[in-house]
Amino acid sequence: MPGRTLHIDWTRCDARGSCIELLPELLRRDNWGYPLARTGSEFAVPAHLDDAAEDAVNLCPVLALRFTAPVRG
Amino acid sequence: MSEALWALGRGTGVVALVLMTITVVLGILTRSGRPAFGMPRFAVTLVHRNSALIGTVFILIHIVSLLFDPYAQLNLIDYFVPFVGAYRPFWLGLGAVAFDLIIAIVVTSLLRRSIGQRAFRVVHWATYAMWPIALFHAIGTGTDASSGLFILLALACFSAVAGSVIWRLSTHFQLRGATRLDRRIDPSRIAPAPEVKEIQ
Repeated sequence: MPGRTLHIDWTRCDARGSCIELLPELLRRDNWGYPLARTGSEFAVPAHLDDAAEDAVNLCPVLALRFTAPVRG
Repeated sequence: MSEALWALGRGTGVVALVLMTITVVLGILTRSGRPAFGMPRFAVTLVHRNSALIGTVFILIHIVSLLFDPYAQLNLIDYFVPFVGAYRPFWLGLGAVAFDLIIAIVVTSLLRRSIGQRAFRVVHWATYAMWPIALFHAIGTGTDASSGLFILLALACFSAVAGSVIWRLSTHFQLRGATRLDRRIDPSRIAPAPEVKEIQ
């Protein structure tokens, strides 16, 4: 399964922090509690973290996370 | 047999009350954005969701088992339309109102992604009406209402939810990043620089 891409919707994100706990490999907390990814609002999820990413999408209390089109290659 | 169904109906009702109490408390904790009871934030949300679903299953068992009770002689319509039944119409009607609200809350929660956050949240607020209505239903209809143990349990549930709601309304409810909280405080009152430990 090719890795998918997660998108953070900043108009919705409320710094609740669930995604940071579920994807510590990809996200860290900024000074205000918001998730910080290396590549900004969109970041690739390696296949072995796909389940955790799925949980992060489903458990975001404000629906601020979603999968976008799969990454090619 | 009917005795067994009666006992099942009563027992599942009491268990549902406890599960819904846990659900409400964990829902408020989820909203606060804090880890709690040794669980990380996402786990608080998960347990909130699961205890709600298990509580709903208990309510379904509660309802179906009492459908066959020969004394109350309930009709299907009594479960959905309040205050029309022959048996304790007011107290049973409260149960019907709570059940209708639960259906709405659970369905909108499961469809959160399709109906959108706003509709989900508006309906989810109905929980604050549903829980007290369900509690009144339990105290009023409950054959166990006169038992001291049940009163104790109802009191414990009430304290848990009331305490959570008071906390929910308090100023210090919201906690996200350490600095985010500090930004709400008058800067002149925080003489030393706020500690930021989370990012190195």
